[in-house]
Amino acid sequence: METTVQRPREQVIRMYAPRAAIYPRDVKGRYASLRWLCVWLTQLAFYGLPWLRWHGRQAVLFDLAERKFYLFGLVLWPQDFIYLAALLIICALGLFLVTAVAGRVWCGYACPQTVYSEMFLWLERRIEGPRSTRMRRDRQPHSAGTLARKAAKHGAWLLLAGWTGLSFVGYFTPVDRLLAGAAALQLGPWQTFWVGFYALATYGNAGWLREQVCKYMCPYARFQSAMFDPDSLIVSYDARRGEPRGAPGKAPAAGDCIDCSLCVQVCPVGIDIRGGLQYECIGCAACVDACNGVMDKLARPRGLVRYATERGLAGRWSTRRMAARILRPRVLIYGAVLAASVLAMALALALRTPLKLDVVRDRGAMGRSVGDGLVENVYRLQIMNTAEHGHTFQVSVTGLAGASVEGGADLVVAGASGRTVAVRVRAPRAAAAPGSHPIRLQLTARDDAALQVAERAAFFIPR
Amino acid sequence: MSDFTSGFWDWYIAVICVLGIAACALLLWSQSTITVKADAGGELPATTGHVWDEDLTELNTPMPRWWMWLFYLTIVFAVAYLLLYPGLGSYAGRFGWRSALAYEQEVSQAKRDYGPVFAAYAGQPIETVAADPQARLVGERLFLNTCAQCHAADARGNKGFPDLSDDDWLHGGAPAAIEATILHGRHGQMPPMAAAVGSDRDVENLAHYVRSLSGLPSDPLKAAQGKPKFAVCAGCHGAGGQGNQAIGAPNLTDQVWLYGGDLATIMETINKGRNNTMPAFGEILGAQKVHVLAAYVYGLSHPAPGGRR
Repeated sequence: METTVQRPREQVIRMYAPRAAIYPRDVKGRYASLRWLCVWLTQLAFYGLPWLRWHGRQAVLFDLAERKFYLFGLVLWPQDFIYLAALLIICALGLFLVTAVAGRVWCGYACPQTVYSEMFLWLERRIEGPRSTRMRRDRQPHSAGTLARKAAKHGAWLLLAGWTGLSFVGYFTPVDRLLAGAAALQLGPWQTFWVGFYALATYGNAGWLREQVCKYMCPYARFQSAMFDPDSLIVSYDARRGEPRGAPGKAPAAGDCIDCSLCVQVCPVGIDIRGGLQYECIGCAACVDACNGVMDKLARPRGLVRYATERGLAGRWSTRRMAARILRPRVLIYGAVLAASVLAMALALALRTPLKLDVVRDRGAMGRSVGDGLVENVYRLQIMNTAEHGHTFQVSVTGLAGASVEGGADLVVAGASGRTVAVRVRAPRAAAAPGSHPIRLQLTARDDAALQVAERAAFFIPR
Repeated sequence: MSDFTSGFWDWYIAVICVLGIAACALLLWSQSTITVKADAGGELPATTGHVWDEDLTELNTPMPRWWMWLFYLTIVFAVAYLLLYPGLGSYAGRFGWRSALAYEQEVSQAKRDYGPVFAAYAGQPIETVAADPQARLVGERLFLNTCAQCHAADARGNKGFPDLSDDDWLHGGAPAAIEATILHGRHGQMPPMAAAVGSDRDVENLAHYVRSLSGLPSDPLKAAQGKPKFAVCAGCHGAGGQGNQAIGAPNLTDQVWLYGGDLATIMETINKGRNNTMPAFGEILGAQKVHVLAAYVYGLSHPAPGGRR
């Protein structure tokens, strides 16, 4: 009987595909250790900072209700938001620089998504077993033991996520009181919301979504490719050395790649690096560690998969020659702009005066005549003493002949607080023509002449 | 909403909303799969089958399915929202939410929150409230919001707006009088007196006399000639010019001038009269806030012992 293969004339394809499960294999090696070091450093900082004390208060506290932002010796007010903008610019430039030099190493080592995924994966391995065990158990009908393990895993994840949420909110509300409130189940509605929100975001992102965040949600991942050039370090497979693939010993002409697929098994985003640079690659070098381990066993040189630049790989450059290409215009410009930004911000922070003054001129009452041929204008001064101890201030005026200030002496303003004072500036009517005249109101601390701030204002002389 | 007198626009919006949501759902559903056809040789293409500009094709790199569910979720959200909240034409929504209602709730919540603060002060005499530092801060806020536009932030007034800090009062400075002024407002009126006084020279002489009442420099001769003319003023300002707080007639002997004490201004006042109004704030602020405000104003010229001003 003759059989004919009937080829389909058409096919229905899906525009939305189910997610393929990824079971990243545990990997050990130089870069995995480096990543764990980053996990420890970033998380020691994140979980630890809220607990540090500084002169009797929490060292790092962003008090939204009081609108005071404490950073060790620094107290920032909402008016200082320019520093946050500068910090974000510095972070962005830092990302540009690092990406131009070494590709997506931020993604692979320090990004919270990677760091928390690493921690959650560690818990998963401890509870559900290694990759092969997890895959086998997931294929089979779930036994009671598997279900119990899964429940334990999610419990552990939720505990870690809950602690993360508490630590996060601990930056915005005193952490000791927050913890006491949480223990007594007496958190405020917004505290509860944000602890829960951050905890569930951590649980969802690091437990469930993982590489989906990097592939479909993260905007930085997409625009980082704009900073790549042929001299950026990328995780590369040396195809000339590796191909043709094959089991060792079977074919004498085979390349170094034995097609063991370990590099694919360890990949947290589920790609095969031997296909070349792919947009999913987060530069974590898990495949480098895996392949180096195999090469060590085979007594072949390491580096079949390695960090290399596109140009370096093509020209078989030495590391030194690739490193020499770091000093190229793109990197130098990023570096120069970054250095300038850091310097500007450091200078601005170091030279800032912990004192602010806003002058609000009375609008309803323009200028009024008082005795002796004097004209008087009223100003409301908003004095913000952003230092942590109180001062006594004095107001003086310059810019108009014979002008003096009434009610501007001995203004006591407590530390880290503000005060509104109405002061009157008087000047002889003959001092200037009728109309508006620029003056400067200066606020000086009586105990520290260097602590002063001046603000422009207008003095009005009526006809 | 008086621009819309018919129900047409309500229906117009409702139909567009419903059609828009249905079209989104249809688009999502119809585009979640596509059918590719085999080419002439019977081979199925590795692409989506779309071809642009003669040779551009599109590889099939599907989005994750959970992403599609997010799209469906937005449709569910839209339907639920339009059922619960106003949005679908004139349909009010199951929750009956209205912005005016939300505003009223916030106002009544604020009244519940702050009412007790003012109620506590309302039971105290104004002198006691004026000595309370917390009440002074509350009063200062009320003053800056409500009174400073005319009386200036330091309460020292301006031309036509009395100084509230000098303990010199047009309508009385007793606590009850201050409270009554704020509650009900005041109307100060001085009629034009030119006709009653006489010629321009008479007015000038009278102005010299008025200046002499408070010891300001004046021509003694003219002041002496103006003195008899003061008889027409004495009805309100009193024979000695001490004023009358019952009708708001200013004291002319104290060198406090509402409009100015120079000769020209005084003559202008005599010739044209003055008309001045302090609005009533009883309805705007309510009696309890006015009480705290009156205490603040009273305290401006009666500082509490040891208090900071």
